[in-house]
Formats: sequence, C-alpha cells, structure tokens
Amino acid sequence: MIFLRNPTLDDFGIDPWWLIVIKVLGVFVVLVLLTLFSIWAERRVVAKMQIRVGPNRVGPFGLLQSLMDGIKLALKEDLVPKNAARFVFLIAPVISVTAAFMALAVIPFGPMVSIFGVWTPLQLTDFSVSVLYVLAIASVGIYGLVLAGWASGSTYSLLGGLRSSAQMISYEIAMGLSFVAVFLYAGTMSTSEIVNAQEKLWYAVLLLPSFVIYTTSMVGETNRAPFDLPEAEGELVGGFHTEYSSLKFALFFLAEYVNMVTVSALATTLFLGGWRAPWPFSGIPGANEGWMPLIWFFGKLLAFIFIFIWLRGTLPRLRYDQFMNFGWKTLIPVSLGWIMVVAVARTLIQESVLTNTRTLIILAAPIALLLLLSIVVEMRKKEPEIDELEVEVLANSFPIPPMSAALPKTQTKLAVENVRDSNG
Amino acid sequence: MDLVFWIPATLAVAGALGMVLSKRAVHSALFVALSMINLAVLYLNLSAPFLGMVQIIVYTGAVMMLFLFVLMIVGVDASDSLKETIKGQRLAATLIGGSFVAVISSMLSSTITTLQSDLATETINAGGNVQAIANLIFGRYVLAFEATSALLITAAVGAMVLAHRERAKPKLTQRETSKKRFEDYALAGKHPGPLPATGVYARHNAVDTPALLPDGSIAPNSVPGPMQARGSVRPVDEYDLQEVKDLSKGELVIELDHEGDHESK
Repeated sequence: MIFLRNPTLDDFGIDPWWLIVIKVLGVFVVLVLLTLFSIWAERRVVAKMQIRVGPNRVGPFGLLQSLMDGIKLALKEDLVPKNAARFVFLIAPVISVTAAFMALAVIPFGPMVSIFGVWTPLQLTDFSVSVLYVLAIASVGIYGLVLAGWASGSTYSLLGGLRSSAQMISYEIAMGLSFVAVFLYAGTMSTSEIVNAQEKLWYAVLLLPSFVIYTTSMVGETNRAPFDLPEAEGELVGGFHTEYSSLKFALFFLAEYVNMVTVSALATTLFLGGWRAPWPFSGIPGANEGWMPLIWFFGKLLAFIFIFIWLRGTLPRLRYDQFMNFGWKTLIPVSLGWIMVVAVARTLIQESVLTNTRTLIILAAPIALLLLLSIVVEMRKKEPEIDELEVEVLANSFPIPPMSAALPKTQTKLAVENVRDSNG
Repeated sequence: MDLVFWIPATLAVAGALGMVLSKRAVHSALFVALSMINLAVLYLNLSAPFLGMVQIIVYTGAVMMLFLFVLMIVGVDASDSLKETIKGQRLAATLIGGSFVAVISSMLSSTITTLQSDLATETINAGGNVQAIANLIFGRYVLAFEATSALLITAAVGAMVLAHRERAKPKLTQRETSKKRFEDYALAGKHPGPLPATGVYARHNAVDTPALLPDGSIAPNSVPGPMQARGSVRPVDEYDLQEVKDLSKGELVIELDHEGDHESK
C-alpha cells in the first residue's frame, strides 16, 4: 500500500512493454468510444433543446446510431477530385487524426494503480514539458486542415482551410498564454505534477481569468459553434472538407470529436484538479486512490463535452471579423495583463515581502478601480441619436423602410412626395 | 538508442533533399516541415525536451505555416520558370555553401576532440532541463536575449507600419450599410434584398444558369456580372421555358407523390 501516493516524473518511462501496449490501446479505445458517445449525445441533447426526439431507433436510446453512421460513411464511394494533389489529399486527414489521437498520451487519468501486479500511474507517459507537447501536436494537426484545403483543388476548400488554420493559430496564442499562469503557480510543465499541485485548491478558482480564457479559446481551437466559421455553410459550403467523402471525411469527423475530448481533458487537468475528487466527495476515504479517480476524471470531462453541446444548441455563429477581433484585441491583451499580475503576485509571495491576503488586496484594488472606471465611461457614453422621421404611412402604398433606416430629412420628404405623385 | 537516432536523422536529411529537389513550392515547404519535426525528435533524444517542443511549435507550427499560407495564396505552382536570372549564381552558391560546410565541420571536429566533461548532459540538466535553459537565457545570455527580442519587436512593428493603410473614410458598420441599402431603395428603387439566386432546374444548377421570371424571361443579375461580361451564360432550355409558361398559365401543376418527389402532370 506504500504505492498509494501521487505519481512523480520518476514513475514514467519504466513500464514493461506489455503495459505500454495496454495503455496505448486503452487511450485509443477511450477516445473512439467517447467520440461515438459524444456524437450520439450531441444529437440527443440538441434535439432535447429543440423539443425534438433525436436518434432513438438503433440500439437502446439510439446509442448505436453513430456506429451505424460510421459504417455507412465507410461504405460510401470514395471520390478524389480531378485536379486534386493526390498524395497530399490522401495524407491530410491522416495527419489530422493522428495528431488528434497523440495529444491524449500525456493526460493523467488517475494516480498509481496496480495492473497485473505492476504499480504504475494511470497515464501513458509524462515528461518535464508535456503541456508544451500538447501545443506542439496541436500545431502539427493544423497542417491536416491546411493541406486538405489546398490539395482539394477547389476554391471553397482552399478558403476554408486557410480560414480554419488562421483561426486555430490565433486562438492557440491565447491558449498558450492562459497556460503560463498555471506554469507559474505549479512551477512545472508536466501534467501529473500540475495535478499534484492542485491538491488543495483548483486553479480554476485560483486563476479564474486564465480558466475563462482557456475555455473560450478551446472552443475556437476545436472549430466548434459559436466559432465554427471554417464550415460556415452559407459562405464556404463545407470548408476544408468540402471535397472529402467516405472514410477520409470520417477521419476529419473523428479528429474533430477527438480534439474536443482532448481539450476538455486538458482543461480538466490544468484547471479542475485532474482526477482529484471534487469537494463534497473528497472527504470519502479512498476517493483519490486506486481506480476511483477515473469516475471524477470522466465526470469532469463529460461536463465539458456537455458544455460544448450546450453552446452549439444555444449560440449563433460569430461573424469572421468579430471573431478575429475578439481573439486578437480582447483575449490576447487580457491574457498578457493577467500574466503580469500573476507574475508580480508570485514574486511578492515567494520573496515573502507580503502575505497572500495583502498581495491579493494590493493587486485587486487597481483592477477593481479599472473596472469601475470602465463602467463609468460606458455609462456616460451617449447612445447615437436617430433623427425622428416624419414619414406618413400612406394607405395602400408600398411598405416604407423601418425607422432605423434614417435619411436626411429633405431626401425623405422628396421620396415620400414621389410616392404620392405616382399614386395620383 | 541507435534506432532512435538513425530513423529521424535519415528522415531529416531526406526532407532537406526533398525540399531542394521537388518542383512544386508547396511540396518543398512540406519537406522542410518534415525535416523540422525530425530535428525536434533528435533534440528530444539528446535530453533537450524543451528545445524539441519549441522547435515544433515555432518552426513547424508558425514559421512553416506562414510560408505555406503565402505559397497557397500567391499560388506558386508547377508552372514556375526555372530560368536563372542571376549570372553565375550556381558557382557562387557552391563556393559559399562549401566554405560554410568547411567552417562548421572544422568547428565540430575541434569541439569533439576537446570535449569537456562539464558538457555532459547530466551536469547541464542538473536542476531540470527547463530550469537550466532559463538560467542561461536570463543569466549569462540575458543581453543577447533582450537584443534579439528588441530586434523581433522592431521587425513586427515595421511590418505593421509597412502594411498599414490609412482609410479615406471610416469603415461602414453593419448598421450603416443596412441604412444605405434602404436609402438606395427609397431614392432609386434599388431592391434592398440579396441578388436573385441562379436558376435551379432538374437538369443543372451551376452558377452560369440564369433564373427565370414568371413570364419565362431571364432574371437580370441572377448570373454573376463577370460571367455575363465573359458571355458564359448558359442558354435556357426550350423545355424549361415551356414548363415555366405552362406553370404560369396554370396548365401545369406540380404535385408531390407519396415519397415526396416532384412529379409534374
């Protein structure tokens, strides 16, 4: 029982080969099952929100629907456009899906457990910069989209691919910046040690702004609603995967959902204490030992996936320029400012110049002042006045544009007189 | 251990060769990305995980991606002219490249022969790889680091200044464009809605197919302007015209059959 402790970096890289195989297969199976489940959940939950039933025919509660859809997709005709760059067209979905699967290798699912008599952490691997590894893999995954867009030899695909990669690169910056505060507090970039560092307090509480920025940018990073501009049907047909069909399309679909699981798992690990039990349950003896933490981990993960679905069912899609402005002009500057605050607080506490509470007050006061000031400025801003139109609504005349379409007064009168004349 | 060196090393060299030898610019860029990723694996193998990850994030994820963007948008393609514009550039390139190889190999050989014991990985990474790099960057090389960052910031600001464009008029907001649309409608009678869609018939619905008005005439603006100017407007079928005429006279009724398909009688 001496092994019931928090895993450290020394516990990794010493597994026997058969255990590595089991862990790799475990990660793969978990991701595929979660994908099948979340596609089903998405359709059912969105249906519920729209007062429909959703898929309920195949299997109990329609649970096997996504499996059937997958088989149907695989059996469809595999089309390659005439002016596609064949090889690149072929490997693009493979790059996309491989990168998506690889990122989950460093996510801790639980503490030390015994598998066939070998004590090992419930995590495939970990090393000193594993969070950076996730970012690196994500940036390789973007290649899949860009290449798919380019290799299809179609304008819609090219524009969709460029748009989605521009979006993902922009939001990756905000995402990376939101990690910095966590690194500063945990003093490490390894996932298992970050989970260990959250034994007392989750970083979602301690570093709330970072958490908010991360959750916002993870939706942008996965190209999900309300940030699903790459596949804005009205503008780009299907975006980068317009020309894809059959299994290749299925791979992109798989990659999207696996990415959703990965970013949710990362959010759980970095901000919600990873596999650690949430407050009322943490009092149960043995809640953070052995296989029990799997419940807490997957509970938090599924909560994030539900939020993804909820967002999709609720929010309309953003316009592209609004979305980019939001990323570059709001998220990134706010992140940078917040990192400064965290760094100063961290130094003050570490050098023991000030105690925790005093530091908090000193740092919070100017922020509160700034907020107050911005509210005052916002309140003093005058609403732009709309000139009242003196337009008579003529009986039987053509509908007149609404009041908001204000005209200079003289022009309006002219227009109205014209209508009168023509009516006789 | 050897395998972990030879596989990425071979791939890295293959990527470099492929970059030089491939004819399409996009393929060249992809080969560079391949080379970069394999270099990162080599760094990882040499107990420099931080450098390896940053190599992928910065070079593969950002720099090569920018290259790809430019290549794809500009559309540099197989039709690139291979004619040399600078005289004697092959000779100059060979000379400079050769001397570079000579300098590097002489430096490497002198370093290997006089390898110091304090360069062993264990000593360098004693307090952790990331901490060791931080100590060097923010300690011994802080001046070089600051100078580099100043250079990069200058470059970024310079790029922004060069790409900046002064607007003659303030940009119209969504509200203002909407107002403008209804102003045009009130004054000139211009239709405030979107342009008519292209014609959708059972036979074709491509963008060059004009839409038909109830009297069978072609709806203006239903085919994009440039295509009209080019004269590539698809002629309308006689059958389509007849169908529209019959429909408008009420002689033809389109009914839905049991499966929901259209069936004209």
